[in-house]
Amino acid sequence: MTKENGSNNTQTGTWRVKAGLAQMLKGGVIMDVVTPEQAKIAEDAGACAVMALERVPADIRADGGVARMSDPGMIQRIMDMVSIPVMAKARIGHFVEAQILEALGVDYIDESEVLTPADEAHHIYKHNFKIPFVCGCRNLGEALRRIGEGAAMIRTKGEAGTGDVVEAVRHARTVLGQIKQLQVMPEEELMTFAKEIGAPYELVKETRALGRLPVVNFAAGGVATPADAALMMQLGVDGVFVGSGIFKSGNPAKRANAIVQAVTHFNDPEILAEISKDLGEPMVGINVRSLPEEELLAERGW
Amino acid sequence: MRTVLNLVEENQPAAGNVTVGVLALQGAFLEHINVLRRIGVKARPIRTAAQLETVDGLIIPGGESTTIGKLVVRWGLLQPLQDFIAAGKPVWGTCAGLIMLAKDIGQTPQEGGAHILPHRLAAMDIIVDRNAYGRQIDSFEADLTADFLPGKAPFRAVFIRAPRIEAIGPTVTPLIRYGDDVVAALQNRQLLVTTFHPELTADPLLHEYFVSLVKQAHNRQPQTRS
Repeated sequence: MTKENGSNNTQTGTWRVKAGLAQMLKGGVIMDVVTPEQAKIAEDAGACAVMALERVPADIRADGGVARMSDPGMIQRIMDMVSIPVMAKARIGHFVEAQILEALGVDYIDESEVLTPADEAHHIYKHNFKIPFVCGCRNLGEALRRIGEGAAMIRTKGEAGTGDVVEAVRHARTVLGQIKQLQVMPEEELMTFAKEIGAPYELVKETRALGRLPVVNFAAGGVATPADAALMMQLGVDGVFVGSGIFKSGNPAKRANAIVQAVTHFNDPEILAEISKDLGEPMVGINVRSLPEEELLAERGW
Repeated sequence: MRTVLNLVEENQPAAGNVTVGVLALQGAFLEHINVLRRIGVKARPIRTAAQLETVDGLIIPGGESTTIGKLVVRWGLLQPLQDFIAAGKPVWGTCAGLIMLAKDIGQTPQEGGAHILPHRLAAMDIIVDRNAYGRQIDSFEADLTADFLPGKAPFRAVFIRAPRIEAIGPTVTPLIRYGDDVVAALQNRQLLVTTFHPELTADPLLHEYFVSLVKQAHNRQPQTRS
């Protein structure tokens, strides 16, 4: 394409193209799916993208062991089934899994704490890839470090596979609260703030000027109901990931559709009441406070 | 290099003789609202039929066309949107919005055809292939020239999992090309489509052009607004 349209100075894999896809996903719901059939249900329910993986976080949590990138054959079958973007997860720091996902042609790579980390000191250098990355964060420093490494989209981590929204709320409030703090800070304090949160100074300045993260920011980890999704939207995120919350519930198609409606009409309680009716059993859920510290996925990554 | 444009909501201008709505069900609607406000045009998000009645023109933004299509049906917007077009009011579809406006969707090997999006506005005489340039890895940016606006400098355009216009009917005028592909087109000075995303770049020339269409239509039909 570059050759035949040389006079147009055509470029692929630019920052604008990577961050731009995330802009197209805003106001939408990205759903975890483990089979092509589930991917179809998600697409039919109005998901703006799907995350293809072998086991949803609730099962990863239950099964234990090492969680790795999914079988590329299985990801390929999901890509063949739906026309919406397909994301897939690589282990933190596992740049070869990311290379494989890029070769496969997935639309977004999630360098995810839900999988067992491959490197306990370093994340993937994401600027090297033409495929965009989304990464998790618990606070502003973590978000800006990931953006510094090339993440074109951020999601707050929450605590995946629990159905408990409390950590998603904590992480969203932390990131958004730190941005507010940054905006009222005298200029001379910015460098020290950047040092304290371990974030690149230039990105700290940019975030302050914008009054928001410089890339699209979704919520993830524990969203199980339309009300949970609308709560995250009202807190100020751009969209939501729903992992185990849909296909671990009693009526996945109906719940998936309701969560999509809730993200569009997050500010309208009457509509939220209407769409929340008769959805069947939600996923059972695990109270995050009952989990031992070594089982907390959000602690992975740095 | 890292700046992502139009993510932060702009202030509404105090005055302006037309109001442009942006369909705000899913996708990059805030980006369009921001560009409009920056060029001094009143802009508001549209989520209901009642809101649609308050605007003189409408942008259907980029996003996921399957998602937007389903939400349009779910919230009873299909008929009001068709009425809006029948009343002669301008509508501009970017990317997913173009797919909503297209009369027909072609079949490509990897992508589903019209059955994926049975409920569309089907108002513009074009046939379009979804995601025709490939998946995200093939998404690209390129320089384009708006030859229909003499004197305008080339501008950078962003194509994200973009559709391709496969065929255009006799009432449709090609406005901008990328190689052999028509990437912007106009029907009856009312329906505008672009396969790329002018809301993701700094140059507002296409927003200015669309607003000029809205103003012309508004002046032709003063009775539609009290």
